[in-house]
Amino acid sequence: MSTTTTRGVSRPAPAKAQRARPRRALRGSPTFNFWLFTGPFLIGLVIFVFVPIGWSIWLSFFDARFTVTPSKFIGFDNYTSMLENSNFTGSLVTFTVFAALIVPLTWALSLGLALLVHRLRFMRAFFRSVFFLPTAVSYVAAALIWKMSVFTGVRFGLMNTVLGWFGVDNIAYLSDPNPPWYWLVIVTVRLWLQAGFYMILFLAALQNIPPELYEAAAIDGARPGWQTFRYITLPQLRATSTAVILLLLIAAYQAFDEFFNIITTRATWGQTPLMVLYKTALGENQDYGAGSAGAVILTLLICVVTLFQGKIMGFGRGEESQ
Amino acid sequence: MTTTAPQAGKPGRAKRGNVIGNTGLYVAVGIAALLFLVPFYLILRNALSTDPEITGENWKLLPSFQWGNIGELFDDTTVDFGRAMWNSTVIAVSMTVGTLLICSLAGYGLARIPYKHANKVFYAVLATLMVPTAVTFVPSFVLVSSLGWVDTYRGLIIPGLFSGFTCFLFRQYFLGFPRELEEAARVDGLGYWGAYWRIVVPNSLNFFAAIATITFISGWNAFLWPLVIGQDPGSWTVQVALSSYMTNQTVNFHLIFMATAISILPLVFVFLFLQRWLVQGIAQTGIKG
Repeated sequence: MSTTTTRGVSRPAPAKAQRARPRRALRGSPTFNFWLFTGPFLIGLVIFVFVPIGWSIWLSFFDARFTVTPSKFIGFDNYTSMLENSNFTGSLVTFTVFAALIVPLTWALSLGLALLVHRLRFMRAFFRSVFFLPTAVSYVAAALIWKMSVFTGVRFGLMNTVLGWFGVDNIAYLSDPNPPWYWLVIVTVRLWLQAGFYMILFLAALQNIPPELYEAAAIDGARPGWQTFRYITLPQLRATSTAVILLLLIAAYQAFDEFFNIITTRATWGQTPLMVLYKTALGENQDYGAGSAGAVILTLLICVVTLFQGKIMGFGRGEESQ
Repeated sequence: MTTTAPQAGKPGRAKRGNVIGNTGLYVAVGIAALLFLVPFYLILRNALSTDPEITGENWKLLPSFQWGNIGELFDDTTVDFGRAMWNSTVIAVSMTVGTLLICSLAGYGLARIPYKHANKVFYAVLATLMVPTAVTFVPSFVLVSSLGWVDTYRGLIIPGLFSGFTCFLFRQYFLGFPRELEEAARVDGLGYWGAYWRIVVPNSLNFFAAIATITFISGWNAFLWPLVIGQDPGSWTVQVALSSYMTNQTVNFHLIFMATAISILPLVFVFLFLQRWLVQGIAQTGIKG
């Protein structure tokens, strides 16, 4: 089945090309070639991105339970019901807490690792690979390790075993939201998965800092260590830091995999916005109208956050780093 | 952590005398590396143990190397793991090939072909980047299910091929491609199409390899979309199968961890062999994107 479908997608371009070959005029025509190159992508983009978005906006104004071709127009009722839905608003709180934890922690850890690896002269590639390796692991696999081996609530879990050596009782990390031990599980799993990726970004940026800056600073009497870090390294990394924080924030906003597998949608706590959308649209009620309204609200929110953060942190003012 | 790094970021040759600082640096990096490797150790240890060994009171550092766990996993009938591995392979490979083909052509068209409305088309592509793909899974599911593509490879693969972000990355890359090479090809009588395949692509293989690696990894590791589309166990990917282990009533620890180990294995290989391109790609695209 797969072979027929992939062939179906890739066929139009070569076919057109063969037709084009005899006609010399067409072959050099920018207009024809533009559509030849971009056509397959644009057709797909319209069908699989623009149509669903448009359809979704349309659905969000209808009573669309169990149907995707509804007839009952209900105005903004789906929006008001989503905004009054405590699961939905609660998920925005979950996201906020999660972002407040994961964004600064990943930023600090990946920058710290990059600074360490950057100074290595032996085995640098080895250590870089070690920190980068978790990038290859899926969120599901990592969630499984964290849930069933590291943070298992009973004695055979690694964390409780280590705590046991110091005489600490078993902690049930995931069965009880009070105290919220689950944040420890959720934050560390993502930290492990993504720190190496952002470390690579910081490493690339560190290599681009002109060495003359450090030489000039040394002549001016800046002590190596905190002073050069604070007044040279950190400002030079500003553009990368801004990009990293934005990427982290958008990724946190779309958190689903590890929450779904570690906390599950059955829990009443620790639900992210995407989990609520998943339950609303694909759960028992199959309420596509409310689910679509939720998707529209989330998209608008992330646009606002992105633009807002860009304003505050001066996104795009990359020339500063030069 | 940053304060443990005196001379932070000072490139070039450092002074030989700073033995203590260097030892401290390697101790710090070594400890961090060990912590990062612990989860890999846990997977392998548990995958090659028996259940009583995993759940025993005392921590066993090394497993008893139960290689039979591999056969037991693929013979297990509750979850068809072999099928899930096959599904994931088909999906990740087709997505990689398809995305590279479609998005690179489009990126080149947007970057290099002087069509008067090219900018408007580019803005339409940019606009899709503002909408996070994960948030659109509800409408995409609506569309795909009305096409009757639920539980099919088509539904799992095709909607993911048209990545605005990948197209954008290719456009940025091709903007920096040396123009002289293409112009020479044009003088020799090649059209846009010929110049693209004979000159541009062969000289861009590093970048293609980087994007291919990233696409393959994200295709193999994707979870939300396969979860939504793969409702029948026959169309489950590896990630959905792994997830189902966590909600099963019966828990066979050794099988679950063997499945996890096998699901990660292809990626570790891809990763180790293609890491150079991956690092290059991330360093180039991450910063420019």
